Amino acid sequence: MGKRVAKEVSIAVADAVAQCRVDVISAYPITPQTHIVEHLAELVNNGELDAEYIPVESEHAALSACIGAAATGARTFTSTSAQGLLFMYENLFIASAFRLPIVMVIANRSISAPISIWNDHSDVMTIRDSGWIQTFAENGQEAVDLVYHAYKVAEKCLLPVAVNLDGFIVTHVVEPIEMPDQELVDKYLPPLKMKYKLDPKKPITMGAIGVPEIYTEAKKALDEALKASYKVIVQAWREFERLFGRKYQPVETYKMEDAEVGMIIMGSLAETAMNAVDEMRKKGKKVGLIRFRLWRPFPMQDFLKALGKVKALCVVDRAVSHCSTGGPVGIEVRSALYQSNKRPKVLNLIAGLSGRDVTVEDFMEMFEMTYESISKKPKFSYQIYGVKE
Amino acid sequence: MRKELAQFKPLSIKDLPKEDWFAPGHRACQGCGTVLPLKLALKVLGPNTIAVSSTGCMEIISSPFPYTSWKIPWIHVAFENPASVASGIEAAIKVLKRKGRLPKKEKINVVVFAGDGSTFDIGLQFWSGALERGHNFIYICLDNEAYMNTGVQRSGGTPKFAHTTTSPAGKVIHGNMTWKKNLDGIAIAHNIPYFATASPGYYMDLINKVKKASLVEGPSFLHIYSPCPTGWGSKSEDTINLAKLVVDTRIFPLFEVIDGKYYILNRKVDKPKPVEEYLKLQRRFRHLTPEEIALIQERVNEEYERLVKLCEIFAPPKEK
Repeated sequence: MGKRVAKEVSIAVADAVAQCRVDVISAYPITPQTHIVEHLAELVNNGELDAEYIPVESEHAALSACIGAAATGARTFTSTSAQGLLFMYENLFIASAFRLPIVMVIANRSISAPISIWNDHSDVMTIRDSGWIQTFAENGQEAVDLVYHAYKVAEKCLLPVAVNLDGFIVTHVVEPIEMPDQELVDKYLPPLKMKYKLDPKKPITMGAIGVPEIYTEAKKALDEALKASYKVIVQAWREFERLFGRKYQPVETYKMEDAEVGMIIMGSLAETAMNAVDEMRKKGKKVGLIRFRLWRPFPMQDFLKALGKVKALCVVDRAVSHCSTGGPVGIEVRSALYQSNKRPKVLNLIAGLSGRDVTVEDFMEMFEMTYESISKKPKFSYQIYGVKE
Repeated sequence: MRKELAQFKPLSIKDLPKEDWFAPGHRACQGCGTVLPLKLALKVLGPNTIAVSSTGCMEIISSPFPYTSWKIPWIHVAFENPASVASGIEAAIKVLKRKGRLPKKEKINVVVFAGDGSTFDIGLQFWSGALERGHNFIYICLDNEAYMNTGVQRSGGTPKFAHTTTSPAGKVIHGNMTWKKNLDGIAIAHNIPYFATASPGYYMDLINKVKKASLVEGPSFLHIYSPCPTGWGSKSEDTINLAKLVVDTRIFPLFEVIDGKYYILNRKVDKPKPVEEYLKLQRRFRHLTPEEIALIQERVNEEYERLVKLCEIFAPPKEK
């Protein structure tokens, strides 16, 4: 097994990308993603990583170049945040429709305006429908492990994968991280072999026009591919556990077995929320926590199973979907419940926008609000929590 | 002078292969002067070529699924970014060769075909970035001087006074009010190994320029004039006439710039035809007043003289 060393998470993530023997890196700097791509440039320029590093002039070009490189049969990497993700937006849909195994790390950051470099999930929530596999890390070790997993899954499913980690809160923190031995990574991740690529010996046409007679079928095909990726994702985590000893699953739970009130959150705030669960339990309140590690494809069955027998559920969103029926996760969760027989009350709160602290006390208050919602129907379908008067 | 070009022996028509790598049966309009240079370029580049297209006429007419005109690997991603896609392809070829996953000695051309909308306007930053980074690829701008695919809207490449659907020849405003953007100047300013203009009217010149572009190490940029009967209101049978006239009137001089410093005028036009001869074949210019035509003539003279001077001052060193 590898050694546990103290590392800044961004550096560790870049090291993991290098261990995946990536061929082409194409990236444009944006806070808080910068340390990842800076370290990769360092590795390439010091001869420690044999890859082409394209210092493109924009994020749009970053993903465009990844599309070109992946289409030619290279293992590719890019990383971005917030405005950068929005600038590359149109390419996201093309990358998935082209079935290209691109891996992107998103250092999650709020989107303008007002311009802010701090963390929430408003950037990645805009790409929910893009056809990318999307995973969320809670901490540094998980972020690193999700990188190896991303390549494994992307290349098996021929779908792009976005690994999400909270900007600053995860990216810039120094954590003890176990980096696996290279042999183990090589064993987990065989060299990329693409059946269809831009090869003069076997020419193909990529990006043809989809006339109305074929567009629907093309979209259906992508939808089926993304649906089918679920199995591969789970299997890849199982194989990961066998080789690396750490277990991952689509949905993580904490003390949900006997919970009467549950909370859903994604990303690093789950660690604070777990402390709140413990505090509530000390007060005799049976609460628990659900965290989505896998967001796309939406892990429906895992989610329903994780719910147990809760009477009420607090969905804490980290992004606003202005004047819709909830936050992005809230909308999704309510829709999922509607398709099942489970009918817990759902309280949808939006918190922690742009790095606003969400403390253990805040989460405890949210739990209390959720308890209240059981007997007293809330007057809102969602609420932005902690707004200063 | 760089070696690849100093020793260049021009191709004659007999040197060209019979094969085409762009299949007939595509959906271009009759007399399309855009698909013609594209097809000629592929003839020179041959099968060991990966092509990238921007969104536009050439992409639309060549790839209605399940049909394709491309006998070589081809990719179309979006409107503005073909140079970025080509950057990725070139980088991939480089690293895969280095790692032994592609045959090391086999040369693979990477060529971009983009229209004037993609090049003058929406994609300017993308090809600028790609040229500046020095990727080994050929960027070909097929310039038909407006957004033809969406129905003839003006672009930065549209000439002064030309009627388009977004610069109509109105009672008050007489067509496009701006001069054509100096694309050549912008491209040349990147000091790339090879820059050239070409016109399908002088097809051997065009063919040899594509060949040269494929020989140099690093980025090359070809600005190719591409008559559009549909958008210009010209007769299909006049496409080649226009492609010759544009050069013979000095409107679109044929020249090359090596490494951003050596200028070569390929076709000196000593007895230019008046611009009117060129303009009158196109409905997009039919509203022009004599004063407006005079203004165009004046500008054309000025720009041509400037180019001739540049070619004198910055002529390539004489080979020994």
